[in-house]
Amino acid sequence: MVGMATAESFVLAIGTKKGLWLATSPDRRQWSFSGPHFLMSEVPSVGIDTRDGRTRIMVGVRSEHWGPTVAHTDDFGATWSEPEQGAIRFPEDTGAAVERIWQIHPDGESRPGVVWAGAEPISVWKSTDGGEHFELNRGLWDHPHRSEWGAGYGGAAAHSIVVHPAGDTVHVAMSTGGVYRSLDGGTSWEPRNRGISAYFMPDPNPEFGQCVHKIAADAAVEGRLYAQNHHGVYRTDDNADTWNSIAEGLPADFGFVMLTHPRREGTAWVVPLKADGERIPPGGELAVHRTDDAGSTWRRLDSGLPTGEYNSVLRDAASVDAAEPAGVYFGTRGGTVYASADEGETFQEVVAHLPDVLCVRAAVVTDA
Amino acid sequence: MPDITVVLPNVLQPLAGGQSVLTAPAEGPVTVGKLLDSVTSDFAVLARRLRDETGALRRFVNVYVDGDEVRRLQGLDTEVAPGQEVLVIQSVAGG
Repeated sequence: MVGMATAESFVLAIGTKKGLWLATSPDRRQWSFSGPHFLMSEVPSVGIDTRDGRTRIMVGVRSEHWGPTVAHTDDFGATWSEPEQGAIRFPEDTGAAVERIWQIHPDGESRPGVVWAGAEPISVWKSTDGGEHFELNRGLWDHPHRSEWGAGYGGAAAHSIVVHPAGDTVHVAMSTGGVYRSLDGGTSWEPRNRGISAYFMPDPNPEFGQCVHKIAADAAVEGRLYAQNHHGVYRTDDNADTWNSIAEGLPADFGFVMLTHPRREGTAWVVPLKADGERIPPGGELAVHRTDDAGSTWRRLDSGLPTGEYNSVLRDAASVDAAEPAGVYFGTRGGTVYASADEGETFQEVVAHLPDVLCVRAAVVTDA
Repeated sequence: MPDITVVLPNVLQPLAGGQSVLTAPAEGPVTVGKLLDSVTSDFAVLARRLRDETGALRRFVNVYVDGDEVRRLQGLDTEVAPGQEVLVIQSVAGG
């Protein structure tokens, strides 16, 4: 059982189409599993909050029959709690209902207890009590663009929330709507998509409407973010005012994943897929690509990964941990999860034959 | 007047304190919506499993009144008479 986690160990959460699996490891090589938790419900979002000296794992759960909810555990899955009235529910005046929780994102160390969430329909939420109750972000919900935002194949959702660890800047990415930025902690929002293409629209360079699949911030460079788009890989160095392509050197500019290093400047990982119309690893050869120079060059990393892999990797089915060297984790729609304890140089299969992997999160834990 | 009974599927019974049948007193006909309000008043999580925050019945939750699914009747406004039985059954869904 996972309840046996010890100090300085690692926790890995795997949300799938039919439940959640949790694992712990002392070394990122030998893993002890528990699960499935929430069997027959999909778990598209997980947040691991290691602030306040304890590990809280929050999950967005959705049953086809019984709807979505948010639950959390403070004992590595031995027990789960769910607020009676629900952690995320639209205010009555909106006339809306939550369909799916796409993102659960603990804020920085300077704001203990603050947790952000992104949901479908497109909405951003903020909790100040450790993820037990969330409040709808009215600035984004009431945004005049909202009626023009569309739905990607998976639904219309705010799926990426990047919060400056100490300041008031928040970036949100939605499909389809693109990137929106707030400079006042979420009170007001403006689209920030200049340079990101939306080839599927009549105007391929609109102010908003892009299908950004994932964004992530460079932890060491202020104002630098990376984006994996629906065709296109981009970087901004001016806090998203302008984006420039960094796709050269990749085998394909399609994909869903964008990960950045927890500390080091210029390091990011993507998992390319062939194309919109061919959503498999190029040639069936699964590989992660890493840049160490902010996208100027990319290096293919496939040691330990199989050949002949035709499953895709979804936007949240990948994660990094904060260890040194950083761990890299990802899972496929074929139910296999891979982990690297050396920043992607070598991967190891952690588990196989699970249901479709929707979300992977990993963290260093010290409280057990 | 006899109570109205609401029969829950096994999977929801833990959310109703382990009960398989919930009852509501009735002085006359009540709507399915009011009936669900009544029998879930002490079981907030159960209420959320059946209906979303707008009050709408979740898509794959079926409620039968004497054998008829309420979507083919008047939905949550369907009236239930004292003594009648209401069944909550999850539809065949999922993959």
